[in-house]
Amino acid sequence: MRELHEEMRQRFTPLPGAVAAWHGRVSREEWRAWLVRLHGHQARLIALWGTDRRAREHVFEVHAALLLDGALLWFSLAVDPDHPEYPGLSDLYPAGDRMQRALADMLGVSAVDAEDTRPWLRHGAWPAAWFPLRADADVAAGFAAVADDYPFVTVTGDGVHEIPVGPVHAGTIEPGHFRFSVLGERILRLEERLGYKHKAIEKLMEGRSLVEGVALAGRISGDSTVAYAWAYAQATESATGTAVPERALWLRGLLLERERIANHLGDLGALGNDAGFAFALAQFSALKEIWLRRQAQIFGHRYLMDRIVPGGVTSDIDGAAARAMIEDGRRLEQDVRQLRAICDDHAGVQDRFVGTGIVAPDLARRLGLCGMAARASGQTVDLRRALPIVPYDRLDVAVATQEAGDVAARVSVRFEEILESLRLCARVLESLPAGPVRVEPASRIVEPRTAGCVEGWRGEVLIAIESSEDGRIERLHAHDPSWQNWPLLEHAVIGNIVPDFPLINKSFNLSYSGHDL
Amino acid sequence: MIKTLRRIVVGGIRTEAPPEPAEELRTMRQRLSEQVLEHFAGALAIRHVDAGSCNGCELEINATHNPFYNLEGLGITFVASPRHADMLLVTGPVSRHMEMALRRTYEATPDPKLVVAIGDCGCTGGVFGESYASRGRVANVIPVDVAVPGCPPTPFAIMQGILTAIAREK
Repeated sequence: MRELHEEMRQRFTPLPGAVAAWHGRVSREEWRAWLVRLHGHQARLIALWGTDRRAREHVFEVHAALLLDGALLWFSLAVDPDHPEYPGLSDLYPAGDRMQRALADMLGVSAVDAEDTRPWLRHGAWPAAWFPLRADADVAAGFAAVADDYPFVTVTGDGVHEIPVGPVHAGTIEPGHFRFSVLGERILRLEERLGYKHKAIEKLMEGRSLVEGVALAGRISGDSTVAYAWAYAQATESATGTAVPERALWLRGLLLERERIANHLGDLGALGNDAGFAFALAQFSALKEIWLRRQAQIFGHRYLMDRIVPGGVTSDIDGAAARAMIEDGRRLEQDVRQLRAICDDHAGVQDRFVGTGIVAPDLARRLGLCGMAARASGQTVDLRRALPIVPYDRLDVAVATQEAGDVAARVSVRFEEILESLRLCARVLESLPAGPVRVEPASRIVEPRTAGCVEGWRGEVLIAIESSEDGRIERLHAHDPSWQNWPLLEHAVIGNIVPDFPLINKSFNLSYSGHDL
Repeated sequence: MIKTLRRIVVGGIRTEAPPEPAEELRTMRQRLSEQVLEHFAGALAIRHVDAGSCNGCELEINATHNPFYNLEGLGITFVASPRHADMLLVTGPVSRHMEMALRRTYEATPDPKLVVAIGDCGCTGGVFGESYASRGRVANVIPVDVAVPGCPPTPFAIMQGILTAIAREK
């Protein structure tokens, strides 16, 4: 491992900024060699994307971001525009399969050895030979819808039938298509089809100034607006060499932990409801509402949208606000402990939770499950510890893990994370450093390629930016942790009964918008 | 069980007064007759369609069911099929990939029907606007009776939009 680190230091360039990150351009041979080596050292694939650099250097570029033991590694491979293909990585990293398909849809650059060459983000809205992320593609282009017949994998056999679900789902949730192959009540296979919410976010980012892009970044996945805005701010602050005041960074930590708590409260209520325990929904949704109202009162937005901006945060808090939040936290902790005891004692709820929707630790590791769901399947990944930034480097975050990998384990991790986040919020509020909360971001670009990465409530949110000399976004790639976790949902439901699907799905609660982009 | 009951009793009833209808949210004249409106008051079935939102509006639609707003207490329920619905509550800019699904959902909803567009994106296209992937505001795809701005609109504003759509026009 030490050898590898030494070699990385020689081969790659450290990127400035809050996150320990390295960048390097690699040859075609090196690309595979590094992937194989890093995979051998248990590095995790975060994201794969591409850039049209034909105007500058007559090449396309394919980028991979991996997380290795305390550092983010970003390497870029130049691809000949006349032969737009590159050696794929889905044999090493199965989660890369859909990313490769998305890259082919968006930029027209394909993994040469890809097994699955079906489109992923492109349905019928634009033609197969038109690629949105190429420089010559007009964001305002409009095409007549083309036929969209997606070849699902069919399961055959005596008594096997299919249940198609979506894109419009039965509840108040996001659109996507699920194709179940079932035998009686048992699920033999689930195949997901996503991409319905694709709304050109990455293309819309092109040409925006680094300052103005944050509003759109905060709306990639509304329930993770803090995580996205923070990762975006990190990337822009690194690009401009902007030093963010310490107090602003601590307040960002407070906002991120509050977002984690709000989402876990909402999901715990919904999970109780899906198990037929409406009491839990009423209780948790009331606690969430109280939490959101405090956010509206102190920060000016129920979900904290637009509070994190390049250079800091938009508003400061005073002593009274801090005391109110500390008091809220104490009360919420008592409530959550009481409700946890009630749910743990409820035989009907436990019967639905325990043993349902299992992702075994070994599968989670091999397929690259991330975030809260991974921690419920025995993986200790948490960027708040693995890639610590201010204030997490001084908070000694306790990572909650479970081994069982079932709905009950994900529920348990959520309970633990609420309690830990409450502790972190209290610590932040008690030891908030004095000073300003916002500086004017510098306008000169000191590093054209930069990345930001934070542990949102679902998992790792990554923003990678390539900036032009005049402070504009040439290319922005946003990565949602749902990319890693959607494929695992297909595994988690195998052998379960169809009526348990909503429960299993909710226990992950993955983002469609953040994935479809 | 005793712990559960105690929490219910101690928590008490939290539901707050519902909003009054707001005429400024209307985007077209009230299409429904007095008689129909009388039936909708107290028994309205809504089908939610996310046509491409960031999922922020979904958080707030879900919040209308929490004890503070208690939308169901007004006789307004969310149903699983457009066939059972009187109203579509549509969020998001309409992504081109959802355009067909939204049209079909609209067609599957029996007449008389109402459409309420939720959020800045539903009202105008919002930060996403129109592009190769987005058709922009909901009214570009299906007729909209009431539009509720906000990013996302509060649960109170969403309820106000719903109640305006089934109120007699002033």
